[in-house]
Amino acid sequence: MSSVTLSNITKRFGNFTAVKDLDLVIEEGEFFTFLGPSGCGKTTTLRMIAGFYYPSEGKVKFNEKDMTTVSPENRNTGMVFQNYALFPHMTVYENVAFGLKVRKKKKAEIKKRVEDVLEKVRLKPFIDRQVSQLSGGQQQRVALARALVIEPDILLLDEPLSNLDARLRDEMRNEILRLQREYGITTIYVTHDQVEALTMSDRIAVFNVGNCQQIGTPTEIYNQPVNDFVAEFIGETNLLDVDWKEDKEEFYSEGLNKSIAVIPPEPEMSEGPLKMSIRPEAIQVSEEELSGPNVFLGNVQLVQFTGEAVHSFIAIHESDVTLKVTDLNKGPSTYLKENAQVYVQLPPSQVRVVPKAKKE
Amino acid sequence: MLNAEKRKTLFLLIPIVLILVGYVLYPSIETLLESFKRNGAMTLQNYIDFFGPKAQSNLEALWNSVYISLLSVLLSACIGIPLAFIFTRYDFPGRSFFSGIAIMPIVLPSLVGVMAFMWLYGEVGLVPSAIRDIFGLEEVPFSIGGVSGILIVHAYTMYPYFYMTVSSALNNVDPSLEESAANLGSSRFGVFWKVTFPLLTPALVAASLLVFMVSMASFSAPFLLAGGYRVLSLQIYFSKINGNLEMAATQSVILSIISISFLLFMRWFQGRKDYRMGTKGIGAHRSEVSNPLLKWIMVSLGVVAMIVLLLPHVVLAILSFVPEGSWTWQTYPTSFNFENYRLLFEDPNIWDPVRNSLFMAFVACLGCFVFGMITSYALVKRKFIGKNLLDILVMIPWALPATVVGMNLILAFNKETPFSFGQVLVGTYWILPLAYFVRFIPLVVRSTSAVLEQLDDSIEEAAQSLGAKWFYTFRRVVLPIIMPGVLSGTLLAFVQAVGEFPTSVLLYTLDNRPISIEIMNQLRLFNLGQAAAFGMIQVGLIAIVMIISYKFFGVKSENTL
Repeated sequence: MSSVTLSNITKRFGNFTAVKDLDLVIEEGEFFTFLGPSGCGKTTTLRMIAGFYYPSEGKVKFNEKDMTTVSPENRNTGMVFQNYALFPHMTVYENVAFGLKVRKKKKAEIKKRVEDVLEKVRLKPFIDRQVSQLSGGQQQRVALARALVIEPDILLLDEPLSNLDARLRDEMRNEILRLQREYGITTIYVTHDQVEALTMSDRIAVFNVGNCQQIGTPTEIYNQPVNDFVAEFIGETNLLDVDWKEDKEEFYSEGLNKSIAVIPPEPEMSEGPLKMSIRPEAIQVSEEELSGPNVFLGNVQLVQFTGEAVHSFIAIHESDVTLKVTDLNKGPSTYLKENAQVYVQLPPSQVRVVPKAKKE
Repeated sequence: MLNAEKRKTLFLLIPIVLILVGYVLYPSIETLLESFKRNGAMTLQNYIDFFGPKAQSNLEALWNSVYISLLSVLLSACIGIPLAFIFTRYDFPGRSFFSGIAIMPIVLPSLVGVMAFMWLYGEVGLVPSAIRDIFGLEEVPFSIGGVSGILIVHAYTMYPYFYMTVSSALNNVDPSLEESAANLGSSRFGVFWKVTFPLLTPALVAASLLVFMVSMASFSAPFLLAGGYRVLSLQIYFSKINGNLEMAATQSVILSIISISFLLFMRWFQGRKDYRMGTKGIGAHRSEVSNPLLKWIMVSLGVVAMIVLLLPHVVLAILSFVPEGSWTWQTYPTSFNFENYRLLFEDPNIWDPVRNSLFMAFVACLGCFVFGMITSYALVKRKFIGKNLLDILVMIPWALPATVVGMNLILAFNKETPFSFGQVLVGTYWILPLAYFVRFIPLVVRSTSAVLEQLDDSIEEAAQSLGAKWFYTFRRVVLPIIMPGVLSGTLLAFVQAVGEFPTSVLLYTLDNRPISIEIMNQLRLFNLGQAAAFGMIQVGLIAIVMIISYKFFGVKSENTL
C-alpha cells in the first residue's frame, strides 16, 4: 500500500497540453476518483501514475519514493483497462496467473493465490474457460482479479464500467467497492460518470481541459462546488448570471430582474463574473402563495415523470428564465399540472454563488 | 533524451534498416547508377537510346506493356465484377460451390498456367484440334498466341483480383443504405447507380491499380506466348541475356518508376478514408432466384464457367501421365502411366529441382517470417521519425516487377559488397533464396500488420503493468496473438516462392535450379509430360498450403492480395 503524490505535473503532447500544473496527494488506502468530461486529462494523469507516460514536468511519488521515470513493469501497480485488455489467447486462470508468473512465484503458490482471488470475485467455476466465452461483467471481474492478485501498491481503474449495461454497472460498482475495502488498497478510479464518482469515492478530483478544478469529498463537491463548471458537471443545477452590487451589498440577477438573498450574503470572490447555482431538489414549489425572500411567480411548462422523481420546468413570469425543479414521487395527486400558475422559492441557504470558470 | 522506450525502438530498427538498405535500397541504387553508365563513364546515353529514334524497340515495348495492361484491367473487370455481383447478391443451387471454384486460377503458378493454356488453346492445342476433328474442318478454327494469348491468360489469372475485392466490398455495404435509398423513392437502377456503385469505387480503383501493376510486371505469359511481340519486362530479360547490363538497368529503372509511382498513388488513395462504412458489415442480403428458367440458366452457365476455369488444371493433371517420347507428332497423347512421377523419386536429376525449390523457399520464408514479424511490429506499434519512409521501403519489393528485383540483385551482388559479407553472390546457390526473401517480405509484413492493427495497445500495457518486461510481453502475449497473421503471410510467401519464375530465370545456376526452371527446360526438350508433372507438384504444394492456412488459421483467400 502506498500514498501517491503528484507535484506540479504537466504533460504536453507536442503543442497540446493535456495536464497542467497538477498538485495532488492521494492518501494510503483511499478510494480516489478522477472525474471529468472526455479529453479533460484524467486518463493522461492515470497513465502517468501507471508509468505509460512520463510527465513533461513535475514528479510522481509513491510514498516518499520518486517514481517519475520508473517503467511501468517496475511500479507494482494493478491496472484495469476500459476494454479490460484480457489476453485473448489465455484462459481465465492463465490471465490471472500472468503477473505471478512474471514474478517467478512457485507453481503451488500461484495456483493457491489465483484460486483465492477468483473465489473473491466469484469466478471460481469459470477458472478454465477461455476469456472470450465470458460475459462482459465476468470479463470485468477477471480483469479486476488479474490486477488484484499481484497485491499491487496501487489499484488503477480506467473507466472500468463504461462498457457494461446500466444494471450490471450498479452491481459492479458495489463489487469493486467491496473488494477495495477488503484489500484496503489505495485505489484511483477514472470516470466521466458522476453517479459512480459520488457513490464510490472517498475523495474526488474534478478535471476540466487539463486543469484540476476541485478536490473534495463527494458531499463537498456536490454541495459546495467552487465554480459553475463543477456545479453543472456534477448533478443537475440551475445556473444564472448574477452581479454583486457593491453599493447595495446584494446580489442582483439580471435574468430574474431582482435581487437575490443568499446565505452567506457576501461573495467569496468579487473579481470576475459570477454565477448562482441552485439544485432542482432545493427549490420549493407551491400553488399557494409563498412568503419570504426569493419568491417568484411562474407557469409550469413541462412535467417529466422518471419513476422515482418528477421534474417540472417552470417558466418565471416577466423573464426568460426557466427553472428545473425536482421532487420525489409522492403519488399522482402531488404532480403539478402543465400550464398551472405556481410560486417558487429559492431558499437563501441553498443558493450558492460561484465564480464563472475560465474558458480556455 | 534517450529513454528506455526509445532505446528499444532503436534496437528493433537497426536490423530492419540494415536489411532493407542492404537488400532493397542498395540494389535499386546500384541499378540506377548502372543505368547512367556506358563503358564505365557517366552518361545519359542509355536513356537517349531508350527514348531516341535509334532503338524503337524499347519505346515500343513500353507502349505495348501499357496497352496490354490497360486491356487486362478492362477484361478482368468485365469478368470479375459481374461474377462478384452474381455470387454475393443472388442465391441459386450450388452458389457457394461455384464461388469456391471462381478463385481456382490463383492456385496455378503463372508459368504453369500459361503452359496449360498453350496446350489447351495453342496452335496445336487440344481444344482447337478437337473442334477441328469433330467438325471435320481443314484447319484449326482458332488458336491463341501473341497479344490475344497474353490477354486471355491475363484475364484468366487476374480477374480474381476484381472478383475478390468487389465481393468483399459488396459484403461490407450496409444493406440499410440501399434500403433507405429505395425507401426514399429511388428505382432499382437508381439505387445501384447512385448508392452501390459509388460505394464500390474504392474497391474498383484498388483492383484496377493492382491488375495494372501485376500485368505490367507479368513475365511468364509474354515469355511463352509473345513470339515477336515486345513487352518491357521481357526486354529486360533479353538485354540481360545479351549481356547488355546497362540497357537492362535502364529498362529496369523505367519500369520501376512506373511501378513505384503506382505504389505511391495506391497508398495515397487508400489513405483517404472518406468512404468508410458508418456501421460494421452486416452481411449481404441475397435474393433467391425464384424463376426456374433463370435459375437453370444460371446453374448451367456456372457449370460451363467451371469447366473453363478448371480445364487448365485438368489438362495439367492428365498430361502429367504422358511418358517421355510418346507424344511427338500425334494430335492427342496416346499412352499414360506413372513414369514421370516414378522418375521424380528415382532420378536425382529430376528430383533435385523439387528439393531445391522446397529448400530455398523454406529458407527464404524463414527469413521473411522473422524479419516480417519484427518489421511489422515496429511499423504498427512503435513511434519513430521516418516511419512513412520505412513503410514505403518495405513495400517496394512488392511494387517492383520480379524481373526488376532480379536485375537489382544481379547488379548489386555481381561484386563483393559488405552486405554479402565480401562475397560475389551472383552465380552462387544463395542468390535465389535471397531474391525470394526480398520479394516476399511485403507479403508477410502486410498480413502481420493486419492482425497487429487489431491488437489494442492496452493488451501490451496490461502485461507491462503486471510486471512483464518488453521481451517477455512480446514472446508470451503479442506473438501468440499475431501468430496466425504471421504464419498465413509466410505460407503464402512459401506458395509463391515455390512457383516463382521471373527472378529464378534471371538468377538460377545449375546447382539451385528450381522447379520453374526445370519446367522451362523440359518444355524446350518437348518433354511435356515431365513438365506437367512438375507443374502438378507445384499445384499440389500450393493446394496443401492453402488448405492448411484456411483450416488452421482461418485465412481467407482474399487476404492473399
